[in-house]
This record gives sequence, C-alpha cells and structure tokens, in this order.
Amino acid sequence: MSGLSGLIRQAKFDLLIFRRNPAATFFTIVLPLIFLFIFTAIFGNEEIRPGVRAATFYVPGILGLAIISATATNLAITMTTRRERGVLKRVRGTPIPAWTFVASQAVAGLVLCLIMTVLIVLIGWLVFEVSLSMSSVPSLIITVLIGAMSFAAIGLALTSIIPSEDAAPAVTNAVFLPLYFISDIFIVGEDTPGFIQTIGNIFPVKHLANALQESFDPFVDGTPWPVTNWLVILGWGLVCAAITLKTFRWTPRR
Amino acid sequence: MSDAIEVTDLHKSYGDHHAVRGVDLHVAEGEILAFLGPNGAGKTTTIEILEGFRDRTSGNVRVLGEDPQDAPLPWRERIGIVLQESEPVPELTAAEAVRMQAGYYQNPRDPDKTLELVGLSDSADHRTRKLSGGQKRRLDLALALVGNPSLVFLDEPTTGFDPSARRESWGMIEALRHLGSTVLLTTHYMDEAEQLADRIVVIAAGQIVAEGTAEELAASVNAMTRITWQPSPDDPRPPGRFGWSPDEHGGAMIETNDVLMTLHALTSWATELAIDLPKLNVARPSLEDVYLLLTTETNEGGGS
Repeated sequence: MSGLSGLIRQAKFDLLIFRRNPAATFFTIVLPLIFLFIFTAIFGNEEIRPGVRAATFYVPGILGLAIISATATNLAITMTTRRERGVLKRVRGTPIPAWTFVASQAVAGLVLCLIMTVLIVLIGWLVFEVSLSMSSVPSLIITVLIGAMSFAAIGLALTSIIPSEDAAPAVTNAVFLPLYFISDIFIVGEDTPGFIQTIGNIFPVKHLANALQESFDPFVDGTPWPVTNWLVILGWGLVCAAITLKTFRWTPRR
Repeated sequence: MSDAIEVTDLHKSYGDHHAVRGVDLHVAEGEILAFLGPNGAGKTTTIEILEGFRDRTSGNVRVLGEDPQDAPLPWRERIGIVLQESEPVPELTAAEAVRMQAGYYQNPRDPDKTLELVGLSDSADHRTRKLSGGQKRRLDLALALVGNPSLVFLDEPTTGFDPSARRESWGMIEALRHLGSTVLLTTHYMDEAEQLADRIVVIAAGQIVAEGTAEELAASVNAMTRITWQPSPDDPRPPGRFGWSPDEHGGAMIETNDVLMTLHALTSWATELAIDLPKLNVARPSLEDVYLLLTTETNEGGGS
C-alpha cells in the first residue's frame, strides 16, 4: 500500500474510534462548546477595549482550546492507553511504517480541528454576533493547520513522560489547565500582571489563542499575519516532533 | 528444506541478569515447534528477539533469512504475531479490527474468511470489548493471520484459559498446520506442547535442556516407573533386595525400568507370606514428571 492511501485509511479508522469513544467525544467536542457558552454568555458583553466586546476574544480563544483538546490532549491520552494495552506493540509487528501510523493520528486530529473551527465560527456568528471577515479566513486556516500539527506533536511527546494509562488524563490536565488561565483563553484582557503574561508568552497555548484572536479582531485591516505567533507554535511543534522521534515507546511500560 | 528460524548461541542480559544463556534453535519451514519452559525461563525474551521487539546481547539470529534486529519492513509481511498481552482496540468491532489490520499488508487474506477460520464469524459485529477472553484470543489469532504470514509466533496462546477453552484453541492452532505455516509456540503446559507440536524444545534458566518429540524427551531423562503400595503396620517389611524406599505418604515405593520382573518378585514374596499389598499401583512417568525433572534440575544447578 502506498504511504498516502495507507495514511488516509488509518486516519478514517482513527476517526471512527474517536466517534465511538464517549469520553474523547465529550472532552473534544462538547466541553469546548460548553465553555464557549459559559464564558461568552457571562463576560461576552464587557468591553475589553473601546468598541471591542470580550466575546470577540472568547470565540477564537475557545477555538484554541478546542484545537488543543482535539490534538494534544486527545493524542496524549489515547496513545498512552494504546501503548499500555499492547495495541501499539501489535501495530509495530506489522509492515505499516511507523510514520504512517503516527501521521494518521495527526491527520485525524486535524480533521477534528477543522470541524470544530466551522462549528465555533458559526456559533460565534449566529449566537454571539462575533463575525469573521472574509479577508481573515486564509490567516485563520493557516493558524488552525499550524496549531493542529504542532499540538499533535506536543501530545505525542507528552506520552513519553506519562507512565501509565491512569496517569494520562491527570498529566495532560496538569499541563494545559493552568495554561488556559494565563493564555488569553479563560481570562481575556490586557490587565493581567506582567509576570503572568511573560510566563504565558513562553508557552505555545497563548500564541495559538492570540493568532486566532487576530483573525477576529475588527481593527485589523485586511489579512492578519501573526507571524511571530506562528513561529513560536511551530518551534514548539518541531522540538516536540524531535522528542517524539527520539523517545516514543511502542511497548507497555508496566 | 531451509530453516525458517536459525538461532545460534543467543545471549540476552538485562544488567546482571543473564536471561538467555546460549540458546541454539532451528525451526524448519512448515514445522510446528513448541518452546516449553516455566515462567521466567527466557521463553518470552527469546521469542521477542525473534519477533524483532528486543535486541540481543550476542549470538546469531536469522528469521526468514533476515536478522530481526535490522530487518526491512517488508519482512513483517511474512510474519504473524500473537503477543502474550495485547488488547484489541475496544471501540472497533471484531470485523473492523481485522479489516484495519489487513490494511497494513500488501497481500492480506480476506478479513471475513479469516474470522471464519478462527471461528469468530458469529461475533464479527460485536465490539471487541464485549468479547469473552477466549473470543479475544481468537481475534488475536485472526489479527496475526490476516496478513497471510508464512511464519506465526504464538506466545502462550492459552495461558489463563480453562481446560475447555484451551482445547478449543488447540483446534484452531491445529488448523494452522493445514495452512502450511511455520509455527513457533511458547507454552508452559506440557500437554499443550505434546498435543500441538511436531517437536518440543525445553528451556529452563535461559538454556535449552532437552529437545525432541514427547517420547524422546521421556527417554532422555530416563524417568523410571514407580511401583507403590501402602503396607499395613503389622506386615513384615519387604527385603532390601527390592531396593524399595518409603515414599512421602508413609507407603513403600520401588523405582524400576524392569516393571514385569520387579512386580513378579514382589507379588511372589507377598503370596509366600500370605500378605496383601494394599493400594498397589504402577505408574509410568507422566509427561508432567518428565518436564519437572528437566526444568527443576537446571533451575537448581544453574541458578545465578
């Protein structure tokens, strides 16, 4: 089988497996929408800048959370589970190239990200009157692509430090939950303390949120090019891809 | 006929622990070989080296003409593996799991026919997490066979099964013979090895201690037939010429290779004195005895 058709075939199975896993579906699709409604309904109408409602920032911020859930969180948990249950070891015993199998996971994650993007943009527009200008669409798509691929790599790299199936949700939450608070996702605004902003700037979550938020910013003329954000996200993605190549385990740890 | 598996002087150490100590192993094409030994004897380590999951410390290994340590991926087209512990993906049905696995191979078997082969057609549309332990093991075998391999590794395929499930699996493994596959099977059940394999190799403490058919193994340890009985306390002791000894249950035991003559002498002696030989029993060495003799000797002698 050629690499590409094998990859697509496997990605389809991965999406089928995802769809039938209630926990993964809830945390990836339902929970971000719940957050979207809660945060936007409560704080959405506050003005964070003259003429800009918080909703304008919450809609892309939660989209960032959805992208991270669909890739990093999802992969860290499912790949650890599969490793510990011997599923990956069995795959390793077949002729499918390792990269085809791993890349298919990222592709399945990307498909989920695109679905969530359409869903959240539509809900933002229809329910919260947050509109996206057509000129921002190319930038949004690039951010989603870079974000999905990089955070997929981050999730795969995380599996190397997760010792067991039980620890997987705990470790991923411990990594991402605090970041959501300091990365313009749960709390939007420029009046957070300086050191919090500095810490946020080191990690890729804030850069993903900010790149998405720029696409929705009504004061940006034409197509936004958040190049610095993209480069930081890509940098994290590449480092984590390298870590994955070096440390990814196919056999159970127990 | 060339050998499917050739192993010479294989060693594997984990730190100070020398798990495999100079194993030689040859499996001919089409042969079913049982690799028999107690837990911790080095069976799984050896088989995982052959499967390419572990690197060896030293020695030569050829599996289907390649060194598993750096065999190219197409080598895996010809190999099927049933791992000791490997769950199917719980969200898929049995049929979907086999179809997904079939997609990894260039020339797979038909997935539906493979399920039929292992007797799982009736459960094809059940989610794998709903399958019973025995059904999961059948699915494991289906997943190993769907790539149409010429060599199949089965690592303890019936461990943890009740006797009826074990017999059922034996039927399935027997079916592999008709497909013409070479099979390397590990087990710690002597009867399983005898039932399924053309040849048995016994490993203990990382070394091969015997090799051959079940009969050849029995002959090699020279296990003797045991004549036992339970003398009444009032009866006279038998004379020393019988070479008897008290057994662990307070009875008398004679070990001999000349069963007929010994029995004749013993019963003549008893008839002359007009005494009975209560619970007289003649036991040929069981395969289990042979196995225990083979494996305990080495464990006691070769411990590190």
